[in-house]
Amino acid sequence: MTSAINLGKKQAIQLYERMLFIRKFEEETERLYRRGKISGFLHTYIGEEAIAVGAIPLLRSDDYVIGHYRDHGHALARGLDPKIAMAELCGKSTGFSGGKGGSMHLFDADKHFMGGHAIVGGQLPLAVGIALGIKLKKLDSVVMCFFGDGAVNEGEFHESMNLASLWKLPIIFMLENNLYGMGTQVNRSRAGGSDIYKAAEPYLIPAVQIDGMNVLEVRETVSEGINRVRSEQTPIFIESMAYRFHGHSVADPSNYREASEVNENMNRDPILIFKNLLISENLINDEELERIESIINDEINEIKEFAENSPEPTSEDLFTHIYASPENTE
Amino acid sequence: MTEMILRDAMTKALKEALDEDDRVFLMGEDIGSYGGAYAVTKNLLSEYGEERIRDTPISESVFVGAGTGSAMIGLRPIIEIMTINFSLVAIDQIVNHAAKLSYMSNGQFSVPMIIRTVTGGGGQLAATHSQSFENWYASVPGLRVVVPSNPYDALGLFRTCRKDNNPIIFAEHAMLYREKGEVPEEYYEIPLGKARIVKPGKDLTLIAYSGMVRVAEEAANILDSYHVSTEIIDLRTLSPLDLDTIITSVKKTNRAVVIEETWKTGGFSGTIASDIQEAAFDDLDGPVLRINAPDVSAPYARNIEQLMIPNASWVVDKVKYNFGI
Repeated sequence: MTSAINLGKKQAIQLYERMLFIRKFEEETERLYRRGKISGFLHTYIGEEAIAVGAIPLLRSDDYVIGHYRDHGHALARGLDPKIAMAELCGKSTGFSGGKGGSMHLFDADKHFMGGHAIVGGQLPLAVGIALGIKLKKLDSVVMCFFGDGAVNEGEFHESMNLASLWKLPIIFMLENNLYGMGTQVNRSRAGGSDIYKAAEPYLIPAVQIDGMNVLEVRETVSEGINRVRSEQTPIFIESMAYRFHGHSVADPSNYREASEVNENMNRDPILIFKNLLISENLINDEELERIESIINDEINEIKEFAENSPEPTSEDLFTHIYASPENTE
Repeated sequence: MTEMILRDAMTKALKEALDEDDRVFLMGEDIGSYGGAYAVTKNLLSEYGEERIRDTPISESVFVGAGTGSAMIGLRPIIEIMTINFSLVAIDQIVNHAAKLSYMSNGQFSVPMIIRTVTGGGGQLAATHSQSFENWYASVPGLRVVVPSNPYDALGLFRTCRKDNNPIIFAEHAMLYREKGEVPEEYYEIPLGKARIVKPGKDLTLIAYSGMVRVAEEAANILDSYHVSTEIIDLRTLSPLDLDTIITSVKKTNRAVVIEETWKTGGFSGTIASDIQEAAFDDLDGPVLRINAPDVSAPYARNIEQLMIPNASWVVDKVKYNFGI
């Protein structure tokens, strides 16, 4: 792994804190699910934290983030209030969508967090549209669009690659390749196997493949990528190789993967590896690590309390916002 | 008053939108250099330029989704899907995305997007190019569905749609583009969810929309000769649906007939018939009559194609049989 020294102690520790925060948030969601406080589908980001943390904080506030249903990590990395996010997961009226969206559909207009979209590949055309809107408004914002390896076999993936390239739209296509589309291994679902970045090249979109479990590599690649997209107003494609440690959703016992494969990948834990790097480079000590862990634990506790103690939506809420108000609010 | 055909009323509506609102742009297949498959967007490219009149690849899903994405950040796209048959390629973007975003985000986002599309059969285009799916879209919460039957309504409804902040399916019937009508010089709008009484009557209510309004009018003329006084209602929009106007009329005439071009099974006429019997059962002198296409795909050959599209004599025969007139 490259050195973290150039980042400086403060920034290096911040990356660690952000990843650990997502990990602990996700572990809490699993506990809440087991306790029956979260229901429906719950897809955790455990194992993939380095991608969101390496990439999203590099964006400006006037840029946009859009992604798929495994969206908690993206939302937290974008700075969405974790209490409000957890309340949404618990189906409470204090959530971002008043409990109407749930885990797979997190939205925060103020943070330009354009959703959590739960039909595989469906967010790609939306990202193209947001980027087209940016172009028509003559802004220099960019769109960062997350999708998984399962999405690349959808027609919408190819339609979106084509139009983004044809119209020169400012999009960073962030492929999170965790090797499984639900339970189907990528080599069994895609001709050409797991080097998916090559699929962008026929569309004349510059593409690279990186280690998505190395937060520094993600950060460096995405940083260059954002600059390029912003200055040249063209799309780029970054494939981050990753691995989700738990099942597709909490309902998935992962029978399609060998325990040895999972264990091997858990040795590549992005948080553990980065922590060891910080220790070896004397950027952090045991005392600081303990303090960070304890602060995050307290925060997660407060987040959980807030979500659990929030009121449920009312029967009137069922019928609000089916349609937007007719007045032109722009 | 100026007489114009529906196609020209639509072109006028689009030009107004482009002239008055710089957030408006048009996007679709062959709307620019080709001028539009049904020529509604003819000459717009040279007048407004490539930024605002955008020819797309044949990729319905991405250009509908791109419309939605641009609307989420404040633009007001007008999308053309060449025919409603092709909207099925984009139905995930319409139903799962555009229609859901306001609700799922609890009002944080809205999708002010008009999807113009061409509906209906009768042009010998066979099974894949002759369908009407307005009824499907009308069943989806979050969408509005507008189905004009004449130039005056097309322009007036479109003006209202432009101010609405929701995704709208604006279905123009292929066989109505040359339909003539009076359009006033002065500005007017027609609200969504307000049906039109085409003709008042006292014995029977004929309910229709889009291409079937003409059929209802022809049937009413024939029924007049049997001394049956018909009231005709043009729904104008399926969502919102103006049930009040329907019920008020049925309570007066005590007989209701719903005419619709699409298949009987799953047809919107079923929803209307059911709503009528729920709200006005005691006022009915007979069962609500549904006149739809039979459940068969459209054939190419003209003689048998015509057998599946409801026409006036078909309506009259069924009315006579159903109500013993």
